[in-house]
Order: sequence, then structure tokens, then C-alpha cells
Amino acid sequence: MLSRNAENLFWMARYVERAECTARLLTMGQRMAVLPGSAFLDEWRSVLRVTGCESYLDHDGPATEADIVRILLLDPDNPSSIQSCLARARANAKSVRTALTQDTWEALNLSWRRLADIKPAAALRELAALIDWVKTRAAIFRGSVDTGQLRTAGYDFMRIGGGLERAQMTLRLLEVKYYVLLPETDVVGGGRDHYQWTSVLHALSASRAYHHVYGGVHTPWQITDLLMVNRAFPRSVAFCADQMGWHLGLLAQEHDGPAAAHATLGEISDMLNRGRNGALFQRGLHESVQQCLALTNRLASEIAEAYHF
Amino acid sequence: MTFFEMLDQQGATRKCYAEVQRWIDETGIAGLQRRMEEAEAIFRRIGITFAVYGEGGDPERLIPFDLLPRVFSRLEWQRLEQGIRQRAQALNAFLYDVYHRGEIIRAGLIPQDLVYRNETFRPEMIGFDPPGRVYSHIVGIDIIRTAPDAFEVLEDNCRTPSGVSYMLENREIMTRMFPELFNRGLVTPVDNYPAQLLQSLKEVAPPACKGDPVVVLLTPGPLNSAYYEHSFLADLMGIELVEPADLFVDRDRVWMKTTYGPKGVDVIYRRIDDEYLDPLAFRPDSMLGVPGLFHAYRAGGVTLCSAPGAGIADDKAIYVHVPEMIRFYLGEAPILGNIPTWQCGKPEDLAHVLDHMAELVCKEVHGSGGYGMLIGPRATREAIATYSQRILANPGGFIAQPTLELSTVPTLGGAGVVGRHADFRPFCLVGKRMRLVPGGLTRVALTEGSLVVNSSQGGGVKDTWVLRD
Repeated sequence: MLSRNAENLFWMARYVERAECTARLLTMGQRMAVLPGSAFLDEWRSVLRVTGCESYLDHDGPATEADIVRILLLDPDNPSSIQSCLARARANAKSVRTALTQDTWEALNLSWRRLADIKPAAALRELAALIDWVKTRAAIFRGSVDTGQLRTAGYDFMRIGGGLERAQMTLRLLEVKYYVLLPETDVVGGGRDHYQWTSVLHALSASRAYHHVYGGVHTPWQITDLLMVNRAFPRSVAFCADQMGWHLGLLAQEHDGPAAAHATLGEISDMLNRGRNGALFQRGLHESVQQCLALTNRLASEIAEAYHF
Repeated sequence: MTFFEMLDQQGATRKCYAEVQRWIDETGIAGLQRRMEEAEAIFRRIGITFAVYGEGGDPERLIPFDLLPRVFSRLEWQRLEQGIRQRAQALNAFLYDVYHRGEIIRAGLIPQDLVYRNETFRPEMIGFDPPGRVYSHIVGIDIIRTAPDAFEVLEDNCRTPSGVSYMLENREIMTRMFPELFNRGLVTPVDNYPAQLLQSLKEVAPPACKGDPVVVLLTPGPLNSAYYEHSFLADLMGIELVEPADLFVDRDRVWMKTTYGPKGVDVIYRRIDDEYLDPLAFRPDSMLGVPGLFHAYRAGGVTLCSAPGAGIADDKAIYVHVPEMIRFYLGEAPILGNIPTWQCGKPEDLAHVLDHMAELVCKEVHGSGGYGMLIGPRATREAIATYSQRILANPGGFIAQPTLELSTVPTLGGAGVVGRHADFRPFCLVGKRMRLVPGGLTRVALTEGSLVVNSSQGGGVKDTWVLRD
């Protein structure tokens, strides 16, 4: 396929995933911010920091929900805002219109206008509904891809882009936790700490899944285990790495396999395997997350190089 | 008297409109209007939009769609078809001639300056034989009707006529929404157009092509106003939609950049103007374009459709001479006539035009899309005065035609069925042989009395039926 089309499909899937993950970040921030004492700890600022949007804040005080809605939901000039992600996903889709089914195109074509017309005050009032809407749109997109797209190289590029972005956003969610949590402890502390960790699970729609896998008690290392190394949980880094590995493998059957990308993916898997049973948490969550983010970034540029993006 | 295509002179429904009339009676006006909103929602969802240059506003505007089809009987179509094929053949013969011996000029039928000093004439093409001697592979001919038996050609489009996607989508939407209209098989289908287009393009593969030709559609990109059509056609033909940056030239062949590495390209259906094709051959400042493309074309490594320089045949100053071409190259009488045209470059014509501007339609020779024209009977005295100054400043740049009684076609208005002026653009395909799908694009002026049907000026589109009998 045309390299430009491969690149557009890769980024289209990334942007949709990013829009959804940013919506999930907002959910998490919202839950954390309503905890007692939150204004003091500035949860919202940590959300801005992990998305690389702190510079869009126009004052020094604690970041508010209104700031977040403006910056992360609506700002058309902020490339990370949900509005931008949906518009860019659609622009990518439009450039590869011939590689998409009608349903997939319609899924993206219907998504992009709604946020463009909404006023900040109204968005703030309807935030929960808007977040749900973004998640629904992403689900419709994925559903149409799943049930309609030909299983050719284009599909592989979409799945790789989606997997990469999702892995990165799970890592970023864990980073928010790092910034707002003061000391990292072995046991989930009382009240506040507990809610913060469970907010992470909640934002990833993983609260119930956690109980099924680990039983009723919340421990930070098990939560980390679910989000990083558990291969069954579809938002975990390990799951996303498997997904990318599978589709890179399929692409490699037709192309001269991009050795560098496969090696990097192997490195990510090794690191996660070595981190089982709490080992990752013992080594230091923040360092592991940072290392993993760096590896996924390297992977992205290696894929681009191998397929002439 | 304006000819309303739905009724005969006694005010009875014409036979070819019987099915449409029955449908209107059964559904009722209110019912039709409800369905209209539904149709619009479908168009918006599919993303069939049309960008208008220089107007600002919504960059992804919808082209208005009118539900009521325009109908041609089989006999009417037979005559149109003969006329269209004849014209497409003569235009291609003319193109071959002017880039070779120029017999028609030697014969004194067309002034040489009109051809060789025309800015659409490409000296780079002189002496070159394009595959199959075809220059214009898709000829779009704009036709108007002034009476039951009077069809005339308004202009020819030999470069990259657009609008065929509307012909296909309008039918698609009508079939989807009103299957009962089509299940009796009264209407001839048009959906084989993409297959015929691909076949025609493959037939003009270059000498260097071995095996099944690789055909691509070259678009300027998603910001182009016809981008929807480009992607739509590429999709239906199952070919790659490429942008200039996807292509490069090496050893007289054109290659596209794929994830597997370079892949050879044989035929390029280009929807980019000549000037922007190749910065080495044409405009050096073009940011679009594929360096070396024209060289590869002349070396027989690739075919460009349409050929560079095909625009000389649809120039408004050349238009006047098309009936002459038909007689000269084909030895036949023209089946479709021209509209009487005064060329302001000729002193006697200029005098007539300046004296009668209030009755005439004046146009720029190189204008298109309904821009820069003056409709005399509708213009204020000041507008006429200003326009005549423009003509006097550059007489050769203008032509004038009588204000015609364009026929009207049934259109859904607020209170009922109303007549609105329309024109018609069929698309004739030229490869090793000629192909013409029974149908085309009917554009309709949605404002009462308006004669401008261009979508850039508020015109709409409708489905066009050619009946089986």
C-alpha cells in the first residue's frame, strides 16, 4: 500500500485512541479532584503535566475543571485536545478515504463537529455526558473497523497505531498517580490514597476486572500489575505490546521485516516479563513507566522508518 | 415561451414523466419534503461535500439535492448520444491535428493565432503521439435544451470534467430511498461507469507497460474542492488515489512509494491542471507536481489522462468552431448545434455586443464555474457600463451569447412542484473505443428564474433518468 496511506491509518487510529484516553484522564481527574484537600494538591495540574499541556494554563493558581475543559476538551489549537484529536482523525481518514469502509468513514465524519460548536460553560455542565459521548464514538469507530475493514496491511497499521497510543495513555495515567501521590507505600493507605488508586482503575473501566483477577483488596503493586504486565486486560501495556507484536508480525510476512521495531518490542516484553509479581513495583513505578514510554516512542519512529512514512 | 419538460403544450404530463407524476401523486408534496430532509442527512453522513473557492464559510458545504428526477425518453437519448459521441470524436481529432500538421488551420477554417497563441496550447506536445491518439479521455459536454427538439451545446470540457460522482451518488440515493421507482426496470442503470472508465484508461496504457496496466488517480489532495469525487472514483475502480508526493520518476518510468518500496505506474488519471503536473516542464514554482513526469510521458513510460494541452479544444474561443471541426474531420453534419456566439475579438461582433449588452450573456473566454459573467437582462445599467469597460480593455478575452430560454425541469418547491432552469452534462469516455453511460449530471438553478446552475453559485443537482423505451 502507499506509504502515505499507511501513515494516515496509523495516525488515524492513534488520534481516536488518544481522544478516548484523554476523556478517561478527565474522568480520573474529576474523581480525584473531588477528594478532600485536592485543591491543595492540584490534581488537575498533574493531568495537564502528563499530557504535556501545562504550558496552555494561563495562570499560576491551582488548575480548575474549567481550565481542563478549555485546554483538553475544546481548544482547537492544542494538538492534544479531544477536539483536535477528533478533527485530525477525520482529516487522516479523509486522506485515505479509499482505504476505509463507508461505516468507518461515517464513524469519524460524525464525530468531529459536535465539539467545535459547544460553548465552554455548556461543556462544563455536560462534562460527564460529553466524556461518555467521546468513548461511544471511539467504540463505534473500533466496531466498524472490527466488523468491516479488510484484513490487509491497512488494518495492521491501524491496530499498531491504536495499540501504541493506548499503551502510552495507560502509562500516562500511572504517571498522574505518581505526581499526586506523595510517598509510594506498599499498602494502599487510608481514605485518600485508596480513592486515588481506585480512580485509576475506574478511569480504565477496570474496577470489576481488578476484583476478578486479584480479589477484593486493593494493593498498589497489584493495580500496577494489572495495568502493566497482565496480558488479559485489554488496556494493559503488555496486552497492547502483544497486539502490536502480532500485527507487526503479519506485516513482516509481506515486507522485509523491520528488525529494529521487532527488537524494541522484544525489549518492552522482556521488561514487563521481568516485572511480574510486583517486581516492577519494587524497582520503582515511576522509573519503569518512564522507561516504557521511551521505548514506545522509539518503536513509533522505527515503524515509521521501516515503512517509509 | 419556456419549455417545462414535464408537460406538453396542452398542459398534460409528457409520457416520459408518467412514472414521476404517479410517484408525486402517491407520495404527496409533504411526504416528499420529509424524504428530502432524510436525503440531506444521508449526503452529510456520507460526506459528499463541495468546497467553494474564495467564498469562506463552511469549507465542507453540501451540494443541494433535489428529489425529483429529470427524465429523457429513449428517443431523446438516442439523438443526444449520437451527438455527444460525434462531438467527442471531433474534439480528439482536432487535438491530434493541432499538435501535428494543423490541417484545419492550413485549410483556413480556424485562425492560427487562435490556436498557437492560445495560453492553453502546449508547444511541448507538438509531434507527440499519445497512446491511441487520444487526448481527452473523458469529455464532459454541457448541453441545454430550449424546446422539445432543440438541444444545444453550451460548452465542452476536455480536461478533467467533474460531477460524475453526483450522477452516481444521486442515483444511489434515489435507489436506496425509493426502490419502488426502479424495480420495474424502466430506468437504465448508470452504475457501470467506474468499470467503463477503468477499462478506457487501461486501453491507453503506454508502450512501456507489460501486462495488466497499473492505473492511479492523481489528486491535488483533500483540500481540493472535488476531492470527494477523486476518492469516490478511485474507490469504485479499486485503484490507488495518489498525491504528487507519492510519485517519483526514475529511468523514464513513474513509481509510487509504497510500504513495499517503489511500484511502477502505467496510467495516471490526473485531476491536476497542466501547469501543476511537472515543475520541470511547466510551472517551475509549482509546489505540486512530479518532477520529470512529462519527460516520462513523452518517452512512453506512462500515459497521462487527459493529455497535457487538451484544454485547447474546450477553450471558449475555439468552441465557436466545433461544428466546423465536425464537418472537417468527420464529414458529417453536426447533430448537436452550438449556441450563436459573438467573439468580441472580431470588430464587427464587438460592435454588435456593445450595442446589445442588455439582451446578451457576456462571458470571459477563460472563465469557468459561472464566475465573471454578465447576464444582460438581469444586470443594472451601472453593471453593464462597468462590464463594457472590461470588454473594451481586452476584447479578445470575451464572448457573448443570446439569453436563452433554458428549459425548466420539475423541482420540489415549498408549495408544490415548480419548474427550474437546468442544464445537462453527460460524460463520454474515450479509449480504444468510445463509451457513454446513459445518463449524466443535471444541474438545476434552485432560485426561481435563475439561469446559473453552477454549484458554486447556489445551483443544485438531481438524478437523471434515461428510460428504456
